Amino acid sequence: MTDLPQGTPEHGTPAAQPAVSPTAVSLTDGEWHRMHPASPLLKGGIALIAILGVVIANLRERLFSIFLPEFSAEGDPVDYVLDNGYIGFALLALAIFLVVLIGAFYVSWRMHSFRITNEVVEVRSGILFRTNRKARLDRIQGINIVRPFFARLFGAAKLEVNQAGADANVQLSYLGSAAADDLRREVLRLASGARDPGASAADSASPAGHLIERRVTELLAPELDPNAAPPESIVKISVLRLIGSIVLSGTTVALLLAIAGAVVSVVVWRNFGLLFTLVPAIIGFGSYYVNRFTKSLRYSIAGTPDGVRVGFGLLSISNETLPPGRIHSVLVSQPLLWRATGWWEIKVNRASQSSVKGASGQANTTIMPVGDRGDVMRVLALLLPKLTDDEMVALLESGMTAKGAPGDGFTNSPKRAAWLRWFSWQRNGFAITPDAVLLRKGAIWRELIVVPNPRVQSVSVSQGPLYRACGLASVHLHTVSGPISAQLGAVDQDTAVDFFRTVAEVTIRAVAADTSHRWRSGEAAT
Amino acid sequence: MPNRLELPEQEWRRVSPKLMISELIGTVVFWGLGIVAGFVLLSFEWEWAIWLVVGAAACFVVNAALTSRRVRAYGYQLREDDLVFRRGIMFLRIVAVPYGRMQLVDITRGPLSRALGLSELKFVTAAASTAVTIPGLLEHDAEELRDHLVRVAESRRAGL
Repeated sequence: MTDLPQGTPEHGTPAAQPAVSPTAVSLTDGEWHRMHPASPLLKGGIALIAILGVVIANLRERLFSIFLPEFSAEGDPVDYVLDNGYIGFALLALAIFLVVLIGAFYVSWRMHSFRITNEVVEVRSGILFRTNRKARLDRIQGINIVRPFFARLFGAAKLEVNQAGADANVQLSYLGSAAADDLRREVLRLASGARDPGASAADSASPAGHLIERRVTELLAPELDPNAAPPESIVKISVLRLIGSIVLSGTTVALLLAIAGAVVSVVVWRNFGLLFTLVPAIIGFGSYYVNRFTKSLRYSIAGTPDGVRVGFGLLSISNETLPPGRIHSVLVSQPLLWRATGWWEIKVNRASQSSVKGASGQANTTIMPVGDRGDVMRVLALLLPKLTDDEMVALLESGMTAKGAPGDGFTNSPKRAAWLRWFSWQRNGFAITPDAVLLRKGAIWRELIVVPNPRVQSVSVSQGPLYRACGLASVHLHTVSGPISAQLGAVDQDTAVDFFRTVAEVTIRAVAADTSHRWRSGEAAT
Repeated sequence: MPNRLELPEQEWRRVSPKLMISELIGTVVFWGLGIVAGFVLLSFEWEWAIWLVVGAAACFVVNAALTSRRVRAYGYQLREDDLVFRRGIMFLRIVAVPYGRMQLVDITRGPLSRALGLSELKFVTAAASTAVTIPGLLEHDAEELRDHLVRVAESRRAGL
């Protein structure tokens, strides 16, 4: 504790509890602040519940014998203690254990502090092994507010400042729910480079009412801060559509194939052993379905001045803000089985890895689990705000659904590529705009990949022996790693070289003009 | 037959021909081990091992014959705002990386290349797939190139 800086005003007065103060302005004043007082309990919460569970399980017999004396238990630790007259020692041990536990919790709470200045967010924690982590605000890749179910009961939330790279997140766990929302807004404001604190530092009216009433409201409300985001999500996924999308997924096809294979093997070869090996597989599939379903429940996506906000989850909620320019590529895809219903899925590549898994168990890369064409257009308008004029929308539409024809805005594969892309050669192509590169692929599994120019890390063109024989080449836009690989094969050789040259130039220009690391600095200057 | 993929107006800077020596030694060691393993198995009277020897020998001959072309296929170009790198003859690949995308530059020297005075320079960006590794640079050239890259990257610094 001695290493707390001298300037800490609340040093030695834990009753002040600055972290639960509702105004975030005081949290971002560059001084050190502490977490929510229940944090150690919440972090060690599961372990504590497990210990309690063991104790209660052991005491169960005892409770039975107290209330139902005809049951008599033998050989449990409580009996042993009572029979040998160790009750004093047992109580003493219990008391010492509790005191040590509470003491440890208190010390770890005291030692865990954070501060937010105009440049960095910094966290210090640990009793024996001190950790100090600092993250630059202009390098923020996303801010995630996570509310595990247990923490929600206490009205606490975890704020995660995502940085590029694996295990590079700064976690503020836990803060008061309202404080977390305020803090997110303030951190985003500081990071955005806007120089007008008045605009977003408007005092947040905390929901009035009794404590319990407030907790209930918090539990039910999908988004705590209606001022910061439009309360309406621009995409609504009904439960039926969600179930339908999961049932019609490729996983189901795999499951049906496995079952068909098993049935055939049982009927034809009388091989009943295989049925037993299938049981764990079915349990696995079941948990995958349930997991995917609950993770995608109460999905919401909305645009805010500081980026796109995506929320997921029923019991444990995660709600993430991706500032502008943090999306490295976008994939709009339609599996074959979704063709009939006209559904699409949107995934993104991003530099950070959130600790919380998003829908379908991936690292929060699925931005929209399922939606129709209108939903796709609305989400794309949020993700790529520069691509919203009519011409671009037409291009995106044609990228998604068009069969492909010469002169439809895309440069498509030549006819001699037809034997390499049987169904999609007419569609297989690219379009370069001043803001983004679009790649259109696949006639059966339709895909449209959009890579914003300022996010392209490098571009390559390559040619193997097969492609050389037909005068074809493949092009690849390199972005940060993720589920999307922006690669396009079977492009005409000379066209590919043109693509390579154009993209290399366009990228350099876009990178030089890009200010999204301080996304609002431009408007503050005007 | 259509002509190969090429950027016509580019004047490629080539890597040191000494790289051929280290590549050849590598080829000899790798396929030589295969041939030796084949002979060892033959000495145990495993008849089929003759095919291992023949296969390894054939691979060795093809690889050795192509070494000089492969080394000459490496090339890089320092343009105004980006670095262009090419490699491969059968599987040709050309990459353009804007200087501002540089995250770090690595120089590595194995024991063999150190004996020949060669270095390998690796240009790392935020994208793993960029994969720009220039082998066979003279030590002095590699260090000069590294310093140059760091300097130009600093003047064109960009976010991710």
